[in-house]
Amino acid sequence: MRYLPLSDDDRRAMLGVIGAGSVDALFRDVPPSARLDAPLDLPRHQGELAVERHMAALAAKNVVAGSVPFFVGAGAYRHHVPASVQHLIQRGEFLTAYTPYQPEISQGTLQYLFEFQTQVARLTGMDVANASMYDGSTACAEAVLMAQRITKRRKVILSGNLHPHYADVVETVTRFTREDERISRLKPAPEGGEDLAGRIDADTSCVVVQNPDFFGRISDLSALAEKVHEAGALLVVVVTEAVSLGAIRSPGEMGADIVLGEGQSIGSALNFGGPYLGLFATRQKYVRQMPGRLCGETIDAEGRRGFVLTLSTREQHIRREKATSNICTNSGLCALAFTIHMSLLGEAGLRRLARLNHANAVRLAGALEKVPGVQVLNDSFFNELTIRVSKPAAEVIEALAARRVLGGVPVSRFHQGCDDLIVLAATETNTDDDIDALAGALREVLA
Amino acid sequence: MNRQGRPTAPAAASGEAASGTWTGNRALDLQESLLFEQGGWERTGVDLPEAELADDRLGGLARTAPIGLPGLSEPEAVRHYTRLSCKNYAIDMGLFPLGSCTMKHNPRLNEKVAAMPGFADIHPLQPVSTVQGALEVMDQLSRWLSVLTGMPGVALSPKAGAHGELCGLMVIRAALEARGDARKRVLVPESAHGTNPATAALCAYDVDPIPATPDGRVDVAAMREKLGPDVAAIMLTNPNTCGLFERDIVEIAEAVHAAGAFFYCDGANFNAIVGRVRPGDLGVDAMHINLHKTFSTPHGGGGPGAGPVVFSEALAPFIPPANVVRHGGGFALREDVPHAQVGRMTAFHGQMGMFVRALTYMLSHGGDGLRQVAEDAVLNANYVRESLKDVMTPSYPGPCMHEVLFDDRFLKDTGVSTLDFAKALIDEGFHPMTMYFPLVVHGAMLVEPTETESRASLDEFIGAMRALAVAAKNGETERFAAAPRFAPIGRLDETRAARQPVLTWQPPEPKQAAE
Repeated sequence: MRYLPLSDDDRRAMLGVIGAGSVDALFRDVPPSARLDAPLDLPRHQGELAVERHMAALAAKNVVAGSVPFFVGAGAYRHHVPASVQHLIQRGEFLTAYTPYQPEISQGTLQYLFEFQTQVARLTGMDVANASMYDGSTACAEAVLMAQRITKRRKVILSGNLHPHYADVVETVTRFTREDERISRLKPAPEGGEDLAGRIDADTSCVVVQNPDFFGRISDLSALAEKVHEAGALLVVVVTEAVSLGAIRSPGEMGADIVLGEGQSIGSALNFGGPYLGLFATRQKYVRQMPGRLCGETIDAEGRRGFVLTLSTREQHIRREKATSNICTNSGLCALAFTIHMSLLGEAGLRRLARLNHANAVRLAGALEKVPGVQVLNDSFFNELTIRVSKPAAEVIEALAARRVLGGVPVSRFHQGCDDLIVLAATETNTDDDIDALAGALREVLA
Repeated sequence: MNRQGRPTAPAAASGEAASGTWTGNRALDLQESLLFEQGGWERTGVDLPEAELADDRLGGLARTAPIGLPGLSEPEAVRHYTRLSCKNYAIDMGLFPLGSCTMKHNPRLNEKVAAMPGFADIHPLQPVSTVQGALEVMDQLSRWLSVLTGMPGVALSPKAGAHGELCGLMVIRAALEARGDARKRVLVPESAHGTNPATAALCAYDVDPIPATPDGRVDVAAMREKLGPDVAAIMLTNPNTCGLFERDIVEIAEAVHAAGAFFYCDGANFNAIVGRVRPGDLGVDAMHINLHKTFSTPHGGGGPGAGPVVFSEALAPFIPPANVVRHGGGFALREDVPHAQVGRMTAFHGQMGMFVRALTYMLSHGGDGLRQVAEDAVLNANYVRESLKDVMTPSYPGPCMHEVLFDDRFLKDTGVSTLDFAKALIDEGFHPMTMYFPLVVHGAMLVEPTETESRASLDEFIGAMRALAVAAKNGETERFAAAPRFAPIGRLDETRAARQPVLTWQPPEPKQAAE
């Protein structure tokens, strides 16, 4: 077997050193009733060629996003990732390293985490960021728990225009973590106008709001932030499309206390939903209540600058049941991809990329507005918008797929009663031809 | 922005004295400043066209203030991150005996397959009719996990081991709630991973520790005393974190079940028994599986991982979405669940990139190869144990399973600590073992070589460990106190980092940087 270096001779010799008659002797503590003697009902080992064939056949059963006009977003976005990003993150020194517990031989990982934290803090307009979470949705749940810890209050107000999966994850976690949890989840408001401030009371720990929201709308959160702060609560802002931060005023500028987001857009492929990258940033004063790993600067015995994991007294391996979170593994390699991609973009590249996305979305909106039976709901948007269609949205999406156009996500996949809405995204990867193909196919389907 | 060129890092300033060279470099050991000290505002490594856009529709919220993100051209970026990579130790470079972490070889076929556009370039919310292959991967992976563990329920979505633990305890609590049985306590052995008590606390349970016996196993009598009608579950690692199989596990499971509680097994150490023992046969009700340990997906410097959870018949009805179900000759995705079940734990459907890698690995090894994995992992650990037992102090009598635990008794009166010993191992070219864990022995050193080490590689490691043990006993303390001497950087001041946290790069002269 190609992954196992020991030969039968090695095994015999090593058993001799140990003084064991057979390998079975090493498993003698296993109760006899639980020892498997017969082979399991599984295929036998195979060579690379056979395995690759098997997996390639499965891959071929999927419609590849890049092979069709593609407008699916809703929390995961198809962007072009420079070739050097994939090359660099595949270097074994990054790919096959562990969490940097031994800083003297992990400075590569630690330094990019320090760069990552700085990039995320600046991008979100916050003071500090952690070294990543699993993804945006789990970061959202962690943010809510953090706000409850800081304010020592229970109530949580979730905007109806928060990504429904994120709201679901918050509900799941709070159902089990707090017996007296009080989640106030508003109904979706695709045309805007939800009254979040009116829900705030003296027990409110935080208001969670997404910008641009699930339907693509952009809001100025400054007034809401003021009301939230007056009530002694925290404003948690969710960003599911990190590229938007190159075009829209940052959550920090608008008064956010915790910003979390999905970083997949920068550096990572779609990957059918994972692995992704949770971004998590906050104000300096809350840093000790933050979940997740943090990388900090320090010096070595000779005064040279170096980096270490720090403030670990918040963490499970030190604090056990008193930890701020149970998180251990994070999303290190996706954070590296983010950092490299962001370094390649730089400020100028990020702004240009964001503007390209927006320009394509403007073009998309213009094309859709001309299709009979389509109404664009957004007055503002970045690269994603919501349309109302004259037929059931789920059927429209299936009919588009049958024409080999992946035309967005029917909102009915998340919310009952939103049967005629479709959320669509355009990125720099979309061409004018893609947009024409979508508009043409929609015209047919809605006719 | 720094416009002074590169040498502004403290490393360069004191480089000559420390390194004996003008640059601070030492041949292949190259100093590398931060991105923020070398990038430029206008510089970029991507060529993007200028957008044609007459009027924006950003609602008057365009970002105008500088963000502060320096850019690099492609050659600069490739060099910067390549240089950083060279400051890391990795499995690709050598033996990585980090106990409880299963640092085995990461096959590159897995990477090749995960990068296929049919897996990498598909969106989680595409119509399910267009992702039948992805759902089939999830279905096949679930079947492998189910057969290997003897447990019928599989929740694929948890993102990592600790997330899987959370999933497991939530499912247990949902099952208890469904029978109207509120319980308060979770029993956790003292030797458990820190994530276990942290997870139990996150699920609003009181954590009740169980002591270990002198032979490194759960004290069954003490556990029985703690069992009662308010105990929801026991969280046990098997093989445990001392590298030992819990001999009384069936008895433990029976006692736990008799008390109406559930048996959660931390599957971090599944590599020791895969293909030889099915946790379902031991009475386990729920167990997470770290795909990044047993099933070879890369650790990536701290993630991403994947932590699917397998469940017994009793718990299977309560698992969270998304679940793949067979439907009319194909596959469907069940995303909506009744309230009695645990709700969604993550957006979308889990770590697909890791599912693809893990399934590729399983198919490569086959059922027969996976059994050999467990056997070789256990053989390698026992070989290390046997080869070191005369100069070091194994904490418990053998045989061990896939990892061997030593404590610091052999360092008594030498003036050398476990930390010193580990740092000296760095100088010998190895990543240290897990230090000071588990907490049940003093100065713990937990060594897990894994099955992907050759005998020659083990012998080299054993040679280094023996030499260090002898040096410590011979009073060569300087070698240890100064270690690591040959790493890219010396021992770092972690106290300073925590006392005055510097978590983001700050320009040396704020006024200048703001221009």
